[in-house]
Amino acid sequence: MADNDFEPKLVGFLCRWCTYQGADLAGTSRIQYPPNLVPIRVMCSGRVDPVFVLNAFSRGADGVVIFGCHPGDCHYQEGNYKAVRRYNLLVKLIEQLGIEKERLRLEWVSAAEGARYAKVVKEITEEIKQLGPLNWGRTEEN
Amino acid sequence: MAKPKVAFYWCASCGGCEEAVIDLAEDILKVVEAVDIVFWPVALDFKRKDVEAMEDGSIAVSFINGAVRTSEQQEMVELLRRKSGLVVAFGSCSHLGGIPGLANFWDRNAIVNRAYLTTPSTDNPDKVIPQVSYETEVGELTLPEIYDTVNSLDQVIDVDYYLPGCAPPPDLIMNAVTAILEGKLPPKGSVLSPNKSLCDTCKRNETKPEKLLIKEIKRPYEILIDPEKCFLEQGLLCMGPATRGGCGERCIEGNMPCRGCFGPTDQVKDMGAKFLSAFASMLDTNDEEEIKRIVDTIVDPAGTFYRFSLPSSILKRRNMKGI
Ligand code: SF4
Ligand code: SF4
Ligand code: FES
Repeated sequence: MADNDFEPKLVGFLCRWCTYQGADLAGTSRIQYPPNLVPIRVMCSGRVDPVFVLNAFSRGADGVVIFGCHPGDCHYQEGNYKAVRRYNLLVKLIEQLGIEKERLRLEWVSAAEGARYAKVVKEITEEIKQLGPLNWGRTEEN
Repeated sequence: MAKPKVAFYWCASCGGCEEAVIDLAEDILKVVEAVDIVFWPVALDFKRKDVEAMEDGSIAVSFINGAVRTSEQQEMVELLRRKSGLVVAFGSCSHLGGIPGLANFWDRNAIVNRAYLTTPSTDNPDKVIPQVSYETEVGELTLPEIYDTVNSLDQVIDVDYYLPGCAPPPDLIMNAVTAILEGKLPPKGSVLSPNKSLCDTCKRNETKPEKLLIKEIKRPYEILIDPEKCFLEQGLLCMGPATRGGCGERCIEGNMPCRGCFGPTDQVKDMGAKFLSAFASMLDTNDEEEIKRIVDTIVDPAGTFYRFSLPSSILKRRNMKGI
């Protein structure tokens, strides 16, 4: 399945209070990491409606990552816990629809963790490369 | 003045929607008096060629039930669309894909193999499976093609209105017919039932919990169901929070949780995602292990949350790659 030329398309939902700043830090610290993940800034990981994730997959994402503040650090108290609850159910649901669970991740990255952000993006890019393209809908006949 | 012409047609459906028309009881006589039924395969002996012979646009309204999953159904609905001023998607299958839409967890090959070769009750020593074309001494015999993917009606033709429900209840059918006859129609694309969630009118709403204290999701046969309390409170999945009202809480009244046959309200794009969100918000724990444990007690989330709406959901079907 692994195709060396395959560059996965990844979508990341980044909480603006933590990971988005962490990603900025990775940039200003000039840490190298793969360019495959398109970051989308959201107010909180709890703002990520499952519809966003399903839309991303249906429109060609090979992987989706929801990034939030570490447990206990959410600016809205419960948002990241809500994300955990949705995430666990959503993983089960997409697996039933033939999307491998590795394609959807939930990660905690704080504003200070630029290096960790880069590492997570690198890991995920590698992992999805191994998994191959999702090709959503391309096997459909109508 | 000539009476408006009306057609009824069925695609991938169980026949329940035809039954729903009969269930209008005496009211059906009013309908028959006011309109001229020009095509209704289940009840009247008109053929496809009769429809083909009609002028385009000459049928005032076609009520089409069932999902679209064969080439024949596609041809028929395209024909009826051409001949009709209005097309009403009648019932859950036509509206959302419905129960036949659960076939989108598989594809044609998987379904045909299962049905013709591998079920325990199959006795098919020659391994005969249906072909779209077959040569015999008397010439070629043909069958319509069955598709990999089941579609809702509006994924195949333009649809003017939707009558939701499995099957649509008589009062909504009569309201729709009256509105059409009197020309008092809402904007095109409307679902002809109130745009409110089922919980809004459910009698058990008072006991609907803010937070789900239950640590395990059960299936209805596993418990003795309290006839007064909200099903969610009892640990049973009830699709009420994600479902459009208007059915008269038929299942709730029968002490069964809602399965979501009316589909979502206008604001909701994906019924499964909507229910998933609502449910996740209600879970009263922040402990990841416990969340996993509770989620694990939901046996079939995709099949439950998309029971009637898989074809019209964002992902529409299972990805068969690697399965
Ligand atoms: S969840 Fe079901 S039982 Fe509870 S209020 Fe809503 S419709 Fe009624
Ligand atoms: S309670 Fe739910 S499943 Fe039952 S008829 Fe009403 S909308 Fe359909
Ligand atoms: S504010 Fe960052 S996850 Fe809620």
